[in-house]
Amino acid sequence: MTKLLEIKDLHVSIGGTEIIHGIDLSIGAGEVHAIMGTNGSGKSTLTKAIAGHPDYEITRGDILLKGKSILADEPEDRARAGIFLAFQYPVEIPGVSNMYFLRAALNAQRKARGEAEVSGADFLALIKEKAKLMDIDAGLLNRSVNEGFSGGEKKRNEILQLAVLEPTLAVLDETDSGLDIDALKTVANGVNSLRDSKRSFLLVTHYQRLLNHIKPDFVHVLLDGRLVKSGGPELALELEEKGYAWLEQTV
Amino acid sequence: MSKETIQSLAEAEYKHGWVSNVDADQLPPGLSEDIVRAISAKKNEPEWLTEWRLKAYRHWLTMTEPEWQKPKYPKIDYQGIIYYSAPKKKPTVTSLNEVDPELLETFEKLGISLDEQKRLTGVAVDAVFDSVSVKTTFREELSKQGIIFCSFSEAVTDHPEIVRKHLGSVVPFTDNYFAALNSAVFSDGSFCYIPPGVRCPMELSTYFRINSAGTGQFERTLLIADEGAYVSYLEGCTAPQRDENQLHAAVVELVALKGAHIKYSTVQNWYPGDKDGKGGVFNFVTKRGLAHENAKVSWTQVETGSAITWKYPSCILRGDNSVGEFYSVAMTRDRQMADTGTKMIHIGRNTRSTIISKGISAGHGDQTYRGQVKILKGATGARNFSACDSLLLGDKCGAHTFPYIESQNSTAVIEHEASTSKISDEQVFFLRQRGLSEEDAVSMIVNGFCKDVLSELPMEFAVEAQKLLGLKLEGAVG
Repeated sequence: MTKLLEIKDLHVSIGGTEIIHGIDLSIGAGEVHAIMGTNGSGKSTLTKAIAGHPDYEITRGDILLKGKSILADEPEDRARAGIFLAFQYPVEIPGVSNMYFLRAALNAQRKARGEAEVSGADFLALIKEKAKLMDIDAGLLNRSVNEGFSGGEKKRNEILQLAVLEPTLAVLDETDSGLDIDALKTVANGVNSLRDSKRSFLLVTHYQRLLNHIKPDFVHVLLDGRLVKSGGPELALELEEKGYAWLEQTV
Repeated sequence: MSKETIQSLAEAEYKHGWVSNVDADQLPPGLSEDIVRAISAKKNEPEWLTEWRLKAYRHWLTMTEPEWQKPKYPKIDYQGIIYYSAPKKKPTVTSLNEVDPELLETFEKLGISLDEQKRLTGVAVDAVFDSVSVKTTFREELSKQGIIFCSFSEAVTDHPEIVRKHLGSVVPFTDNYFAALNSAVFSDGSFCYIPPGVRCPMELSTYFRINSAGTGQFERTLLIADEGAYVSYLEGCTAPQRDENQLHAAVVELVALKGAHIKYSTVQNWYPGDKDGKGGVFNFVTKRGLAHENAKVSWTQVETGSAITWKYPSCILRGDNSVGEFYSVAMTRDRQMADTGTKMIHIGRNTRSTIISKGISAGHGDQTYRGQVKILKGATGARNFSACDSLLLGDKCGAHTFPYIESQNSTAVIEHEASTSKISDEQVFFLRQRGLSEEDAVSMIVNGFCKDVLSELPMEFAVEAQKLLGLKLEGAVG
């Protein structure tokens, strides 16, 4: 069966410096994969490469979505094909209301898929339901995108976008960093409620604590641009206990 | 953002660049006392107005063209300009049937219907084509409330006493070079008077269209809101695409009597010239409002067109507690240049002014915000707040801010903020990752940047302005 996402011998450079030195990874429909690793191991680079950030150059290898290479696709095409990236540092868009932005994004995606655009009234109902799920204050919806949001609000807002856009592959880049335990639970609950047999997740994180709340099917360890170990959820616990040093020695 | 999009900056086309085939009644090019008299005669003007024009002309001859502005332009040959050009038609038009169909079509094409039935509800229009007003809609309905809304020429004939009292009272012909020129040769424009205590029930608007080649457009607008009256007024403008530069030197005078409120909005989309800077309109305009006690004058402008925009819609806050506002979005791309801003002259006590200026430059676009805040001795308790933000797209454009602040009263509170930013690649990537195209992403960021100004526009025009900014950004992403 075709995997949802296949990464083959991926090499990624930024500004001529290679950060990722050949990664292979397959994610099946409905699976939750976690990638753990130290700072600078290439975790964020991998997420940006999947989403198609123009600064990240793929020098070798391929990324396939449902069996088709997406390397030539623009970021918006990848988004419309169902790839969503929850950013580690969500940017602010001053003067653009969260609500307006989300509706524009949803409709751009629907239009690209040949679906009817969502009307203002329908969207309002939808966003209210999703906001409640994410425990997001309605006031936040009318504020400018991420402007003046606390760190926790920004992260929850990312998951709100995920909930509204309903991608087939959600890539979460350190969504847990900077969250207190309550916010972490809210985010985790949001993600868990979106899990189903068709939607896959790639969680990138430093810490095991997120994985207490979102239980992964697979855990991979990324060190110095290479996946050095893969396993089940128990691998995360092992890392929590032993740290990364023992793996570095095995490399 | 990709390099190619930066370079393809100039590709989007001006949508109003076509020419209408309308027979024109024109005076020969050139400027002299005879021409001034001829214009006045064409319009059957009273003696006092002819004299006023001539005085203005003689004064103009003694003046030299200013050159302190940042945008430089080739010398204008004032003898090469046609100062009067009108569609050949009956002198007055009472019904639509008498208007040249070609003209109607021109305005329809621009989305300005002169047919009251088809018009946006709640908007009355005065359409000015080259030198004359073609048609003013909803006049009867407005006149029931004593509101006069007509072409300037008609006002001179029908309401000479009001015109004579206020003409040049806010912008005297001695004011500046282009105001003097306008005073001598102005051909038409809009006139509006709102009687005491009346709140004008609809948006009034004037739509200006330059059509003939080699002509200059010198319209004059005079708006008077009597005590306690309110009016919201909008002007829009376009011109055909031509290789030569065309001069547009208008004068707008606003008089807000005690407790009156005038809201004046402009969406300016004159032909900007091609991507190499050939052709385009020189938009050299003098706009000023006089606010009496407790009155408010508020300017909102969205400046997207013209090769050069050079204007400072200003407020003279003469009366105590009067309020002046200036909200501006100026966008320059390709080789467009803008030197715009405002003047807030605080004379009365407790006068307040707000300046919000948003400049967007793309391509080789260059812009300057130039604003003066002047607090005179008697303006105790005056307050001003200014915020000037510039947004740069690409690395070949420029933005400059020149605030001139002068206070002669120690109780005044003046605040000035300025910022310059670039659209960040991360913002664009974020929006694209959510499914928006690169152009939609930039357009959204730009519109967000302009929000404080766009929200001041009447609803339908805010939507227009947003679309216009979107169109202007097509291919200008960088």
